[in-house]
Amino acid sequence: MDNLLSIVTFIPALAALILAVFLRGEDEAAQRNAKWAALFATTITFLVSLGILFGFDPENTGFQFVEEAEWMMGLKYKMGVDGISVLFVMLTTFIMPITILASWEVKTRVKEYMIAFLLLETLMLGVFMALDLVLFYLFFEAGLIPMFLIIGIWGGANRIYASFKFFLYTFLGSVLMLVAMVGMYSDAGTTDIPTLMAHQFSFADFELLGIHVVGGMQTLLFLAFFASFAVKMPMWPVHTWLPDAHVQAPTAGSVVLAAILLKMGGYGFLRFSLPMFPVGSDVLAPLVLWMSAIAVVYTSLVALVQEDMKKLIAYSSVAHMGFVTMGIFAANQQGVDGAIFQMISHGFISAALFLCVGVIYDRMHTREIDAYGGLVNRMPAYALVFMLFTMANVGLPGTSGFVGEFLALMGAFQVNTWVTAVAALGVIFSAGYALWLYRRVVFGDLIKESLKTISDMTWRERVVFAPLIVMTLWLGVYPALVTDIIGPSTAALVETYDQALAAAEAATQIASQ
Amino acid sequence: METIILFAPLAGALICGFGWKFIGETAAQWVATGLLFLACVLSWIVFFAFDGVTESIPVLRFIESGSLATEWAIRMDRLTAIMLIVVTTVSALVHLYSFGYMAHDGNFKEGESYRPRFFAYLSFFTFAMLMLVTADNLVQMFFGWEGVGVASYLLIGFYYRKPSANAAAMKAFIVNRVGDFGFALGIFALFFLVDSINFDDIFAETPRLAETQITFLWAEWNAVEVVGVLLFIGAMGKSAQLLLHTWLPDAMEGPTPVSALIHAATMVTAGVFLVCRMSPLYEFADGAAMFITVLGATTAFFAATVGLVQTDIKRVIAYSTCSQLGYMFVAAGVGLYSAAMFHLFTHAFFKALLFLGAGSVIHAMHHEQDMTNYGGLRKKIPYTFWAMMIGTLAITGVGIPLTGWIGFAGFASKDAVIEGAYAGTQGGYAFWLLVIAALFTSFYSWRLIFLTFFGQQRGDRHTHEHAHESPWTMLAPLGVLSLGAIFAGMIWYSDFFGKTNEVAKFFGTPYEQVGAEEAAAYAEANPKASELKYRFGGAPGEGGIYVAPDNHVLHDAHYVPTWVKLSPFIAMLIGLAVAVWFYLLNPSMPRRLAETQRPLYLFLWNKWYFDELYDAIFVKPALFIGRFLWKHGDGSTIDGAVNGVAMGIVPFFTRLAGRAQSGYIFTYAFWMVLGIAALVTWMTIGRGAQ
Repeated sequence: MDNLLSIVTFIPALAALILAVFLRGEDEAAQRNAKWAALFATTITFLVSLGILFGFDPENTGFQFVEEAEWMMGLKYKMGVDGISVLFVMLTTFIMPITILASWEVKTRVKEYMIAFLLLETLMLGVFMALDLVLFYLFFEAGLIPMFLIIGIWGGANRIYASFKFFLYTFLGSVLMLVAMVGMYSDAGTTDIPTLMAHQFSFADFELLGIHVVGGMQTLLFLAFFASFAVKMPMWPVHTWLPDAHVQAPTAGSVVLAAILLKMGGYGFLRFSLPMFPVGSDVLAPLVLWMSAIAVVYTSLVALVQEDMKKLIAYSSVAHMGFVTMGIFAANQQGVDGAIFQMISHGFISAALFLCVGVIYDRMHTREIDAYGGLVNRMPAYALVFMLFTMANVGLPGTSGFVGEFLALMGAFQVNTWVTAVAALGVIFSAGYALWLYRRVVFGDLIKESLKTISDMTWRERVVFAPLIVMTLWLGVYPALVTDIIGPSTAALVETYDQALAAAEAATQIASQ
Repeated sequence: METIILFAPLAGALICGFGWKFIGETAAQWVATGLLFLACVLSWIVFFAFDGVTESIPVLRFIESGSLATEWAIRMDRLTAIMLIVVTTVSALVHLYSFGYMAHDGNFKEGESYRPRFFAYLSFFTFAMLMLVTADNLVQMFFGWEGVGVASYLLIGFYYRKPSANAAAMKAFIVNRVGDFGFALGIFALFFLVDSINFDDIFAETPRLAETQITFLWAEWNAVEVVGVLLFIGAMGKSAQLLLHTWLPDAMEGPTPVSALIHAATMVTAGVFLVCRMSPLYEFADGAAMFITVLGATTAFFAATVGLVQTDIKRVIAYSTCSQLGYMFVAAGVGLYSAAMFHLFTHAFFKALLFLGAGSVIHAMHHEQDMTNYGGLRKKIPYTFWAMMIGTLAITGVGIPLTGWIGFAGFASKDAVIEGAYAGTQGGYAFWLLVIAALFTSFYSWRLIFLTFFGQQRGDRHTHEHAHESPWTMLAPLGVLSLGAIFAGMIWYSDFFGKTNEVAKFFGTPYEQVGAEEAAAYAEANPKASELKYRFGGAPGEGGIYVAPDNHVLHDAHYVPTWVKLSPFIAMLIGLAVAVWFYLLNPSMPRRLAETQRPLYLFLWNKWYFDELYDAIFVKPALFIGRFLWKHGDGSTIDGAVNGVAMGIVPFFTRLAGRAQSGYIFTYAFWMVLGIAALVTWMTIGRGAQ
């Protein structure tokens, strides 16, 4: 199949179209049909996407399954995956059926809800596959629209504020990125991503508005992309939209947001920043490393005092993303491998944690920690699942949460021991907030009258968690599953990066002589 | 066979934890226990059949990234073999013991199935501990290290309805994480320096590391010293050494079999094992080794002082454990790794015995743990009494003075440590603190015996009348451990603390004859010692432990002055005498002393106020900073700035966008499309022709 990537990308969109056109009515049967159709479509997408995974050759560090077609007005439609992006594609197709199944109890506007999620899947897949700048930008930005709708329509009481904030942050980042893209095009004369990766952007220092810009053009381009990706990650201090968005989003929205949307920032750094602007990355890497370390400690401390479960997990997400940016900008193989591993692993763990909140939210309709306590007495299966993911969240060896953190810190240590030591404090704090949350919600005697009749997980809920449990443990015990696929590509990435820096160094020296 | 030893407990944990609904509670418990006994028998076979050759048995690939390549693998050498028998023996006995101890538990309601969960946790702990001791590289060790931490967390918090148990469990995990923070940094530093974290590679490189400088945080340091201290921070957490010890006494919230297995015999000794495992590194890191010695000695002293006044029977033994671990660290710190392992080995028997004995007392007294409510139980529970007596004779170090080895297990090993401390520090700080600690040990151990088994019955009369001896499942383990507490020292004395060649042979470490010149120089420097015949040899990493050729502590320790050899025995006698006087002859004495020396008493009773101190300087500030950053960092500063910008920019854009009334999404989509349209137009008309 020559156009496997397009097939995978557009199955959900096709399903969304079919739902939109053919499904009528708001009665129960129509709702059921919408749910089953969405579940069917996302499952098919996942099964077809397995073809990408099995057909993928890890030793080939170039792009594979490449499709290229003329589009309109000189634009190209070009898709492809390499060792860095292929697992994000798989993560997306893996998570989506789970989110649909987790949304089974949605009652309002079911058809529209399912359409929003299906469209979102197409757009997210497009982001990870696009090999053309404009195409990437389209997918990247358009993906926000269904997310806005999901938060805005099916969200909590304060959803308008949350989407407003979400909008503001992302908008400013996108504008800068767009400007940078124009700049890149004018410099390189193409929007083809593989070509741009080989293109050398100017890195001669220059003066801009009286400021001496080290790394020149590359630094400016880096900053423009950084604005967009840092918001997406999110990095400290532009993270404050995330807790609000999570709190207001419906459970499945939080799952997609945490598991996949956040990964676009990290993916962007790896696809654009490091390969295209190596000098710019190198100039600003110390800053990014410190922002990451601060993010870990800062948000962990903030997580410690949260009273809302979702907010706590949202802050914990920001802390975990701190390890990702730290690993990426350590710019060595352990760091980059760790960053990718952490993103994949966080996809499973954060998804599971938000689902854990969802399970009890569906029963009690509150996310306040104080409203719970002693759940283990009536919900032993839930207690077990929640414990497993709490431990995975604190990075217990044997779960996937450990490998990413460990590698990222190990990579960072080779670059900056201060940053590593500060970030490693996160392992202490994460144990603090995660176990404290667990203790307040699950342990203790069951005293609260409202909880006396709470019921344990249903079969549907167990089925939702099962694949996440399997992946978390499997990757924790046998991380080679991931590292075998990403290893050659990250090695190539790091090598090209180092060579580019060395070449830039040499060029600068010649110029100064 | 090693693979079976390793995975039998895991299988037991899974079958028992998940399968009990299908095979029944009792069957599940027997499966877990049976598999543990299987592992135990195989471990003893491995121990006796071990031929001194270090082997590595690969199991599965683990973390790989660039030059980092690690595997799940079993490293078989003498250190592993010793730990295998310690862990599986105590664990098997504790499983058996738990049949009786956990049969009826007042913390659970009638009909609640808590027993399979308990056995599953115990088996899981054993698996994690075995992973730790069989590790072939530092990551696998870290897996075991944190795995036992989780098992410990789950078991301390086993009575999940009790707030105090939950708090203690969290504290244990978090304090251990502080240690793990150091451990992890140590691993990173080693990878940075050696480009590998497999033991063989690290050990081969240690001589080079000793000459290497590394920039860590604010300064340049000697590489082995930094790594040595960082790894030891991990050991401090796990082994409850001073500053990171606060979790261990609280961990007594867990059921008593847990305290015996995890918080006495096995998990807490992991730190000592780590230092011995890394002996090729510490042999080159004099500063780090000195740090270990001083901290170990201080802990031994500190914990013993606190143990003097505690009244909860389990807390006394907990502080005693903390103190004995300090002894082990002193031995390791002065380079006498074999003695450290010796004390670890004997301590496992007599401390597990004391805990299980205490459990038997608590069981008899309907979960009363305050010794002031005991008294006169000698007749009621005679088997338990004799088991506790044997344990006490072992921990206080009763034996025939100057023979070195004829005595209870603790006599041989503790004297070995103290003599080593004298020889290794030229009679300094560590030696004196250990001797004083030995005196205190004797006092609090006998105090425990006298308060519990002698004198008048105190406390609830009803409880005393119904005090009963425990079932055979509890007494049998006591019997087996008693044998260990009596004979372990005598049987293995020469292997752990004999002549250099004997010890080297036991550990599979190469040794060589000392040249005439060196022997003469040694004889001149140490006129009292016998001729130096052998010294340890081989490259770092060969054999179970590595001892540098110029490290003669083992030889020296045998030729310390006679008064040094007698000192622990005399200290023991003084402690015993004072205990007899205080608690048998003149029972009102302790109370009077506590009243006249009130500040000192309160200082000890409140454990030197460490908990209060930590609460004030770590816990409260962390919460305060967290709240501050949340409300003022995220709230006023960041969101304030964002909102400020928003107030300026948004109206501007909305005006530009005209009457885009339908909300932000529309505005946003509009701008996106407009932007792309502009870009595309420019591309096609402008330079798109290229």
